[in-house]
Amino acid sequence: MEVTLKIFRYNPEVDQKFHYETYTLEAEETDRVLDVLERIKGQKDGTLSFRRSCAHGVCGSDALRINGRNMLACKTLVRDVGEKITVEPILGLKVIKDLIVDMEPFFDNYKKILPYFINESPLPADGKERLQSAEARARFDETTKCILCACCTTSCPSFWASDDYLGPAALVTAHRFIFDDRDEAAAERMQIISETSGLARCHTAYNCTLACPREIPITQAIGELKMVSVTGKLD
Amino acid sequence: MENLHQFDVIVIGAGGAGLMAGLYASRTAKTAVISKLYPSRSHTGAAQGGIAAALGNIEKDTPEWHCYDTVKGSDYLGDQDAIEFMTNEAPQIVYELEHMGLPFDRTPEGKIAQRPFGGHTNNESGRPVRRACHAADRTGHMILQTLYQQCIKNKVNFFDEFQVVDFLMVDGKAAGVVAVELATGQLHTFHAKAVIFATGGHGRIWEITSNAYALTGDGIALALRRGIPAQDMEFFQFHPTGIYKLGILITEGVRGEGGVLINGKGERFMPKYAKTVKDLASRDVVSRSMYLEIRDGRGINGQNYVYLDVRAETVNKYAAIDGRTNPDGTPYTVTGEEILKKLPDIIDFCRTYLGVDPITQPMPVQPTAHYAMGGIPTNVYGEVLLDENKTVVPGLFAAGECACVSVHGANRLGCNSLLDIVVFGKHAGQRAAEYANGADFAALPTAPEQPARAALEVFYKGDGAEKVFDLANEMKHEMFANMGVFRIEEGMKHALAKIRELKERIKHIKVSDSGKIFNMELINAWELNNLLELAEVTTVSALARQESRGGHAREDFPKRDDANWLKHTLAYKKDGKVELKYKTVAITKYQPKERVY
Repeated sequence: MEVTLKIFRYNPEVDQKFHYETYTLEAEETDRVLDVLERIKGQKDGTLSFRRSCAHGVCGSDALRINGRNMLACKTLVRDVGEKITVEPILGLKVIKDLIVDMEPFFDNYKKILPYFINESPLPADGKERLQSAEARARFDETTKCILCACCTTSCPSFWASDDYLGPAALVTAHRFIFDDRDEAAAERMQIISETSGLARCHTAYNCTLACPREIPITQAIGELKMVSVTGKLD
Repeated sequence: MENLHQFDVIVIGAGGAGLMAGLYASRTAKTAVISKLYPSRSHTGAAQGGIAAALGNIEKDTPEWHCYDTVKGSDYLGDQDAIEFMTNEAPQIVYELEHMGLPFDRTPEGKIAQRPFGGHTNNESGRPVRRACHAADRTGHMILQTLYQQCIKNKVNFFDEFQVVDFLMVDGKAAGVVAVELATGQLHTFHAKAVIFATGGHGRIWEITSNAYALTGDGIALALRRGIPAQDMEFFQFHPTGIYKLGILITEGVRGEGGVLINGKGERFMPKYAKTVKDLASRDVVSRSMYLEIRDGRGINGQNYVYLDVRAETVNKYAAIDGRTNPDGTPYTVTGEEILKKLPDIIDFCRTYLGVDPITQPMPVQPTAHYAMGGIPTNVYGEVLLDENKTVVPGLFAAGECACVSVHGANRLGCNSLLDIVVFGKHAGQRAAEYANGADFAALPTAPEQPARAALEVFYKGDGAEKVFDLANEMKHEMFANMGVFRIEEGMKHALAKIRELKERIKHIKVSDSGKIFNMELINAWELNNLLELAEVTTVSALARQESRGGHAREDFPKRDDANWLKHTLAYKKDGKVELKYKTVAITKYQPKERVY
């Protein structure tokens, strides 16, 4: 089939402002949108720039706005989006070139919530693993799936509207540690995310949940954190 | 000088090996990790099934058994002293990952959960043993996240999205690297006492591959250009179960949970080739068996793929035939729901890319280029070795898939790569920091970035008659056709001629993007040059080795030949030509014998 891609273009070394470029080419309906972008770059226009690596939805490099919705180009097939495909950079982060945005503010937010395991208690005397029940492990299973692609955060109206909102991805990581019964810094993290730049900015738009390519129930996870913030209890 | 940085230790690459090295080196030395991707994008994150360690959490297991299985899996080309070192360290390093917060799945007693994996056996019964420690089917993802998080906690310096394009050596010692900052196009010089390559694999040489776009063998290619050899490059693993046509990995964990391979006649064919462990034989054995089934017309509908079937009824049927039991002795059975819970990601891949639901339908699979057993020769401390006498290159280290210790020999066992990256990443980091603390900075050459600048400018000077995209496709197609699961002299010679033709044609490339900012067209051209370099070295090494061993299977030399070929290949690039030398294999406890699964 023939597909037509309308692609957001901006090269700060040449352009005063962005524009759209249209490319028409043959594609299979089972092609990934990333495959089509690769062929455009490889055969039609070498200057087109975008990030990609794993090409199967686990590295999080190619989060893009495809027909107005955030998704990974490598996890979206042509048959999912039709023969007219508009490709734009994700919103709310500064465009550096074409489809590449500045990810630094996103990772800065991630780093704010202490995104690492904290447990200063003595290790088990036998040097082996800390024990954790299968139920306790299951409690935070969903939020361990996050690949930091930013599909969620850059689909969030609250993130678009404010410069300092931590955003759903950072809250997902906070959830992963707060509900891990081996971790000892839940209170510290709750304090960080209970400030005005945190949980209070989530107005339950559900965009994050719809955008997540890992199908993490993000709004529910944030809801659970809000509950902790209100009750002061983890369960 | 502009853009000059000075660190005691520089790590190139931020996958599991690079992050572990960075974490350990930074404890005692000023360290930076440079990566062409954001660390969380590294391909360690794609590893699915598990990390091997004889914890014995579910059934009896020992590091000795793990050692023997790895030696046997390597088809006796692995260095036994190095393998013993790794398998002895395995339990403690898995506990260390758990202490760092890694969310392993748990047994009912709350211990780290373990599943069977190909080639890992109970050495008494010969049957599969539960040795793979797992976090669903995203164990690599959890290792990558956990290590990156620990690096953030320990304030490791990162240079994200910097593409290293030259490795500086002065008087035979490592002196640093030169890198392009992708966001600006500027060259940066990193002056260092110790350099650790942790750049991963080079599976992008082949058409059907599980490897990320980023896996272009940069570290090995940079080392080759400075006179460092590449060891055992002819040994490249084709994983049996890639998604048909796409190559996306379907973890061996599927077979660990009871899935079986089925041919076009509806037969489970692996018992013909491996009567004891059947579908859980070593990867090289399974890939060859699939190829033979397909060659003899028993692919699905005569096509070049077979089915991987993990439907509950299929698993239960064959588990009963095999007499597979749970640890408490009851018969092993599964439900579709349990399969979904244990293998959520691969089920998602099949639904997304194939429209196939593995809970109710079998998955079409074919062997996919997966893992480089070969790489930059090192000892167990990550120190790079220059020659057959194991002369250490001062200040140069390598770890992970780009290195060759050699613990995988001619064929790697599943779950031993995640183990390799953490064990040897740790030791490379420690040893590099020790070295740096006792060494001075080598003087940098004048204008250290000049050779890198010249090497990149070449890609603007061609006549534009060739495109990176087309050359890359021709290389991948040729290598998959003639340097794949089975090889024969005529085919390999054809591949070599093709690679050499492409190495000429790449001179005609003209990068159309004249900008500095994120000029990925330029970077992709440079990466293709690396892939061609490694494709040539791989093919020359393979042509020379007149035997079949592990991942190197020759139709014209179908037997292993220990009398002549129980030795490591060392390939050097000199004046544009590949030169081969050989190095002895360390045999300690286990004399080579026929490999039967």
